[in-house]
Amino acid sequence: MSSSDQQEPQAVRPLEILYCQICTFPPEYCEFGSSLTRCKEWLQGAHSQLFDKYYSDEALQSKIGTLSLEAQAKLEKDTAKKEAKAEAKADAALKKKMASQVSIKRIERNKRKHVTAIHGLEAFDIELKKAAKFLAQKFATGASVTKNAQGQDEIVVQGDVSDDVMELIESGAGPLKGVPADNVVIVEEKKKKAGE
Amino acid sequence: MFKKFTPSTDIAGQTPPKSSVQRSIRAAVLQQWKIGLETLEEIWPKKETLIHVKCREHISIYSVQNVPLFFQHFDGPFYPTLRLLHQYPFILPKVGVDRGAIRFLLAGAPMMCPGLTSAGGYLPPSEEALPKGTAVAVHAEGKEHAVGIGITTLGTEDMRKLNKDVAVEIVTHLGDDLWALQTL
Repeated sequence: MSSSDQQEPQAVRPLEILYCQICTFPPEYCEFGSSLTRCKEWLQGAHSQLFDKYYSDEALQSKIGTLSLEAQAKLEKDTAKKEAKAEAKADAALKKKMASQVSIKRIERNKRKHVTAIHGLEAFDIELKKAAKFLAQKFATGASVTKNAQGQDEIVVQGDVSDDVMELIESGAGPLKGVPADNVVIVEEKKKKAGE
Repeated sequence: MFKKFTPSTDIAGQTPPKSSVQRSIRAAVLQQWKIGLETLEEIWPKKETLIHVKCREHISIYSVQNVPLFFQHFDGPFYPTLRLLHQYPFILPKVGVDRGAIRFLLAGAPMMCPGLTSAGGYLPPSEEALPKGTAVAVHAEGKEHAVGIGITTLGTEDMRKLNKDVAVEIVTHLGDDLWALQTL
């Protein structure tokens, strides 16, 4: 690889890099991202000097410099298209999120013992493992993340704690934040009698 | 390499390598990058253990305190992550692409010779020519920071001569799934 190995006597300080809060790119690359309008707004509000540097008329002029007008127009059109696409995608994702349901299922293990299975939390960006740990601690029982028959992950808590879980979700305690209470349903599943 | 990368399915396991292995990694990084001992010490203090994150297709990401620092494919060269490269831009040799190529680069396309040899591009002068298979930082015309990291598939002199086909394969670029992965 590189043959010249220099030995600096002092450690070189890392550069402080500013990243766009919206698209996480360095702000000079926002124009290639899919949220240019929002990035511009953010930059203007937070770092107006940089905004002037990147989006002033002269800067725009010099950028066009090496590109033909046609190519530039195409680029702009593409950016606008990309932005619209990203927005539509975000909208759809949000809609889907709002429509998805969390079900708390009480499953009978034998006559007077139950387990509670909570399904669908991952749609609300909840880390299942952490949530399970939290629930286990809260109820002093076992709780784990397991795959159900459909191969989806769900949290299984030992004991009948469906109402308590409901309450916890409503209050948004700990890792169970951000789940609208309307989307939570409690279901009861009786054990099917085998061999009859 | 990281065009599609989902941590939940693509990461096989995280383990700290043996200290002797860590030593050899440290030596390899020092040899491959233009970086001083002290600077590397800043990035990766001796006391901190490196975590080896094994991923699909022989990709290994190495992280310190859950922040990915560099990665490797099979036993190829070590590439810094783009965030690390932004902080220490001198560790890899630079090549530059013209403005027209940025858009394609951000979609993960390999860089073609004309993009590097044209007026907006940049190739190191002949006396510092890079051989084939060098890890390079890909900069863009009129921009301060690197947009991607790649590996040359031709020597820089050959790029000037041939001036067609793929010159730099991109391994990671702004906005890919490794970029999105700020912590592991």
